[in-house]
Amino acid sequence: MVQITEKWTNDRPGDAGYEERLAAFEARVGRGDKVEPGDWMPRDYRDQLIRLIHVHANSEICGALPEGTWIPHAPSLKRKLALCAKVQDEVGHGQLLYRAAETLGKPREEMIEELISGKAKYSNVFHYPAETWADVCVIAWLIDAAAIVNQAMMAEGSYGPYSRALKRVCYEEAFHLTHGYDMCISMATGSKLQRDMLQDAVNRWWKPIMMFHGPSDKESTHTTLLMRWRIKLKTNDEQRQEFLRKYVPKMINLGIRIPAEWEMRYDEKNRAWLYNEPDWEEFKTVVRGNGPVSAKRLETRRLSHEHGRWVREALAAAAEGRKIPLPPTAYATN
Amino acid sequence: MTTAALAHNASTKTALIDLLYRLGDDSLIIGHRNSEWTGIGPILEEDIAFSSMAQDKIGHALAFYTLLHELGEPDPDTIAYGRGPERFRCCSLVTLDIFGDGKSAPPAALSNNPVRDRVVAQGDWAISLVRQFFFSEADAVRMAALEQSAYEPLAHLARKLRGEIKYHTLHARTLLPRLGRATAESRDRLQSAAAALYPHALGMFEPTPHDATLADAGIAPAEPELCDRWQREIAPIMDGSGLVFPPRSSPVYGGRTGKHLPELTEVLDALQKVYRLDPTAIW
Repeated sequence: MVQITEKWTNDRPGDAGYEERLAAFEARVGRGDKVEPGDWMPRDYRDQLIRLIHVHANSEICGALPEGTWIPHAPSLKRKLALCAKVQDEVGHGQLLYRAAETLGKPREEMIEELISGKAKYSNVFHYPAETWADVCVIAWLIDAAAIVNQAMMAEGSYGPYSRALKRVCYEEAFHLTHGYDMCISMATGSKLQRDMLQDAVNRWWKPIMMFHGPSDKESTHTTLLMRWRIKLKTNDEQRQEFLRKYVPKMINLGIRIPAEWEMRYDEKNRAWLYNEPDWEEFKTVVRGNGPVSAKRLETRRLSHEHGRWVREALAAAAEGRKIPLPPTAYATN
Repeated sequence: MTTAALAHNASTKTALIDLLYRLGDDSLIIGHRNSEWTGIGPILEEDIAFSSMAQDKIGHALAFYTLLHELGEPDPDTIAYGRGPERFRCCSLVTLDIFGDGKSAPPAALSNNPVRDRVVAQGDWAISLVRQFFFSEADAVRMAALEQSAYEPLAHLARKLRGEIKYHTLHARTLLPRLGRATAESRDRLQSAAAALYPHALGMFEPTPHDATLADAGIAPAEPELCDRWQREIAPIMDGSGLVFPPRSSPVYGGRTGKHLPELTEVLDALQKVYRLDPTAIW
């Protein structure tokens, strides 16, 4: 982990030399330069990045829960292998992203504890339950697709370690998308039972998916600053439209219907999907930890963290070279 | 010996089929068990390691089932998903759950999968790690022997799988000596797990009526011979980890003839849950 150095002083408005440093920083970022861990950066830039990367990492390890639950039930050897690999990737992304956040001075243990205590957030979609096998198909296709739109954009962002981590994440997510699409094709072209399961899953998941990219630009509070510093390159609505333009036609091709209450319709002139705006207050309530299974997700994370404590303590002791005496019956040489 | 050559020797073919079911079923069930940790492991690095080994083993099951299919048995998915426990030939070690003493109180529902919820609430990762150690060492011993198998498709496969299993043994050989001597709690947990699992681990080498046929045909060595080799491999690792073998262990047998612990029914109910909704569907 990077220690906070003198380079990170004078990083708040009003500090000596702050305005000059900020101007030089913004000029750099504006040229498309990457900001690296030891570089000077405004405190706000660092805080915003920690917040975003932390939420992103949390989302990866919370995202492993709804799908991980279904690995034991995967209905063919091929699906079982692919699902296990996918969830493993998500955990790996969590590890990678916690490391990226650590370059900004926040330790992983602290981030995981903030997640468990409910202080730190994670993606809205993982506050909902995965009720059937079709939910796993919808998550792997449509939620990963929505995530790729977001992550491919963030991968072009100004902070080097996050940008590089996301390049790898996107590379792996592309496989997940193929796996998800393939599963949805099997379901959509399968028996009536399978088609009904898939439609039922879409009916339940469409709202969280429509909310995935965050509040409408009219309501989003962070976007302006994040775009000025090239942390984020597209607004929430731009990302949502990109997702809808690409995937709604594919859904229609598979015979999947989007629930009628959304009144989804395509505006040819503006190349945009029109729909009834979701209730963004509900979104905020959900991500604050009041979604249908928020409490269960955090309880799962808390229990698994708690049960892993002895492993972390033992590894730490081993790393420091601490050893307990051998039992008398053993005759090890070390 | 090729697949075609076996057509003329019914008893050898039967023995080989039995062997492949044992190999495939052990692989599938330990892969399934290890994947129960995916997403909820004790640290992210071990979460990833167990998922990776789980995938390898599920992949190995697919490979063994594919050899069976080439010998006229059903396709791999039907083999995995279409059989009841009495037709499985896995050993009890891979079947065991990981709840230690925590079996009595089922936890509150955290998901749609009660077994997974119990892993979250009561799973003892020390049991999984020691099992992975015992199993992978046996796997390595077996594959080394099967590389010399007179049945060429099996020898070829053993050579391929051995490269992956090397990392499974390395995983446990790296972790056990570190954890076994790190803290009193880690030592106690691993020692309890080793004591509880060892009789089941010996059961991996349950002799079968086919042993002589397989040994005579040069397809596979007899089980007691493999057990000896396995014990020679694990003894120094146990010692170096400060772990002792339980005294007077008698092996738990039965799996190789379809007499299983009740846990196997639970595993198969989970494994086959979605498949059973419509066994003719393509998922």
